[in-house]
Amino acid sequence: MDNLEQKFNETIKMGLDIVKETEEDRLMTLSVGPQHPGSGHFRFTIKVDGDYIVYCDPDPGYVHRGEEKMCEYRNFIQNIPHLERPIIHDSTNITYSYSLAVEELANIQVPLRGQYIRALASELNRQVYTLYWLAIYGIFLGHSTMFMWPMGDRELFIDLLEALTGARVTHAFNIPGGVRNDVPEGFRDRCLRQVAYFEKRLTEYEDIFYNNPLFRQRTEGVGILTKDNAIKLGVTGSVLRASGIPFDVRKAEPYDIYNEIDFKIQYMKTCDSFARSTVPFLDMKESCHIIRQLLDKMPKSGEVRAKLQPNPKGPPGESYKRVESGRGALGYYIVSDGTPKPYRVKISVGSFRNMLALPFLLIGSKLADMPSIYWSLNYWPVEADR
Amino acid sequence: MIKDLVNPTNFNILVGKLGDALTRALDQPLGYAINWGRIWSLWPVHLETACCSVEFGAASGPRYDVERFGIIEAFGSLRQCDLIVVQGTVTRKMAPRLRMVYDQMPDPKYVIAMGACAITGGLYIDSYNVLPGVDGIIPVDVYVPGCPPRPETLIQGTMLLQEKIKRSKIR
Amino acid sequence: MSSDQSNTQNGSEQKKVNSDSTQTSMSKKTEAITPEFEGDLINKIVSKFGDKIIHVIYIRPGRTKILVPSHEIVQVASFIKDTLGFDHAESVSGTDYPKDNQIEVIYHLGSYSVDKLSSQILALSTRADRNDSRLPSLINIFKSVEYHERETFEMLGVYFEGHPRNERFLLPEDWADIPPLRKEFRIKGR
Repeated sequence: MDNLEQKFNETIKMGLDIVKETEEDRLMTLSVGPQHPGSGHFRFTIKVDGDYIVYCDPDPGYVHRGEEKMCEYRNFIQNIPHLERPIIHDSTNITYSYSLAVEELANIQVPLRGQYIRALASELNRQVYTLYWLAIYGIFLGHSTMFMWPMGDRELFIDLLEALTGARVTHAFNIPGGVRNDVPEGFRDRCLRQVAYFEKRLTEYEDIFYNNPLFRQRTEGVGILTKDNAIKLGVTGSVLRASGIPFDVRKAEPYDIYNEIDFKIQYMKTCDSFARSTVPFLDMKESCHIIRQLLDKMPKSGEVRAKLQPNPKGPPGESYKRVESGRGALGYYIVSDGTPKPYRVKISVGSFRNMLALPFLLIGSKLADMPSIYWSLNYWPVEADR
Repeated sequence: MIKDLVNPTNFNILVGKLGDALTRALDQPLGYAINWGRIWSLWPVHLETACCSVEFGAASGPRYDVERFGIIEAFGSLRQCDLIVVQGTVTRKMAPRLRMVYDQMPDPKYVIAMGACAITGGLYIDSYNVLPGVDGIIPVDVYVPGCPPRPETLIQGTMLLQEKIKRSKIR
Repeated sequence: MSSDQSNTQNGSEQKKVNSDSTQTSMSKKTEAITPEFEGDLINKIVSKFGDKIIHVIYIRPGRTKILVPSHEIVQVASFIKDTLGFDHAESVSGTDYPKDNQIEVIYHLGSYSVDKLSSQILALSTRADRNDSRLPSLINIFKSVEYHERETFEMLGVYFEGHPRNERFLLPEDWADIPPLRKEFRIKGR
């Protein structure tokens, strides 16, 4: 280094016009903003030194609609269409957790067939959500076939959900006490046919996307989140399972009838971006097995919903319930003071918890790796802002 | 003889009438051609505002293919787009950015307000951070109701926009 | 269905209740059934710090809650992390109680590394005065609370001492009103 400095000083003495670069000249501030094909409705400010990112500061809040405050002004049933909107394409899971918490507060018992139908809708919705995530991942990396194929397959699952609930994405299907209506005629056969077709399609995805050498080069070894760091940062969902920790709320704390379903937790140990994008794919495969078991074990007939009073309420108390949504553990903390309206509703969403890993992973990596790291963290801005 | 026919007063009227005839002959087909070009290549800006963006994504999918109408999401800059689809709720934090994006687009530009939240605030009308409708900050051409609107409704909304463009005079 | 149980804050209760038939015998059963594993956990904390500091609010299957005064919370939290094995915070939420003139901040702690604790959530709560709300931050013990505490600061006005950035996070830059989750902030029209 001294030699270099000496040479530099000599060059200046010779009178050549060289300007020495200062620290401030090297860094360039970029704002990956809300109007950006690579970020969605979320902004993060990064400073780059050449090709490497040295600083990252997320700036959420562009879709902050005040869900938690608005829940205090509506009663327990009126809150359901409201609480669906943060994760609109996975809406069954976010209302599932809410219904569980309200049932604990108000002491409502759910009939068995209702529990099975709830779990079935939750698994179908998990497929829908993961396919949307995969489609956007494809288009971020420039693989437009991987945008079209999952979008098309997703429509078939949405058809099933539309036959079951009546709406494409905003189902309002789960209520405290069960589900709103029973499955229609012929649903079981249709569902089994669709699951068989989908399993064939998953092998095709593997061929064009996961075994694609370009995709592998872009994501293997990129954005390593070691096991200790994953625990320290408190991430959840597929990000956690890709770092070697087999944690799934359906196995750790089985809710409803999940203790009667036999499935394995899918996890990988390589901790990089490739692992984070493969774990949801393996989850989808496992979900197909779960759907088959649910359809087999469902009781043939029965009530699907408990009878409720017009304004359900419970004694003063609080409850915390969590559910494995498409993105991770989704928890609700509800405080009730004896009236039909909740006193405080706090939603603990996977995106907000995973956001902490974003500056951690981006600092030190290259600018060109940003899309593959950012979307592999499974961040949905509408959910994080609530 | 021509000098008798064409004198100064007569000349102006002749030129004026010739201009009228030319305008009428060319304006209509030219306008039709220009509007035809604009209708079948509406390029929207990639600005997702809230949850309706999921249905817009589904509309770009293979089943409700909007690419056959020429609506390709321009992944380049917004200086080459002429359509802004306000998808969903506009919060107070997003509103100045939306206005900036709208100002940066070149003329002619069109706005579709998609979803109940963009029209009047929708489900979130009494929230502390939500604008009650987006037509207070940018001029809207077509309102597409729904929460979220089905992709077919969005396509019908764009067809209404196409009718509106067909009827407009080019400047 | 609303049940006429008395205050469920103290004592324990069963998770799923067959409401009608066992309602009358509930009060007799509450003393008998205390989940053992959870009771052990709480006993460890109480035996280390004493009864005056730790107030046990409830012990239920899978969920336990303790209330700790604000000047002791850092030691209790580091004991919970080092000895018991809870290693991350699932969520941090603040609740405004204008009747007691206090704001309660509650940390829900979970564990990924210890197998037996994977279904347990320990709720560690503390209270701050409403007019002068300052609390010590737990960021040096649980790194995962960084953004949650920042959001609690902006939504409720609780200042966390030791947190590097007590700033606005989700609200717009020109927010000039009181923190929105306080009870005196009324949304429009209601």
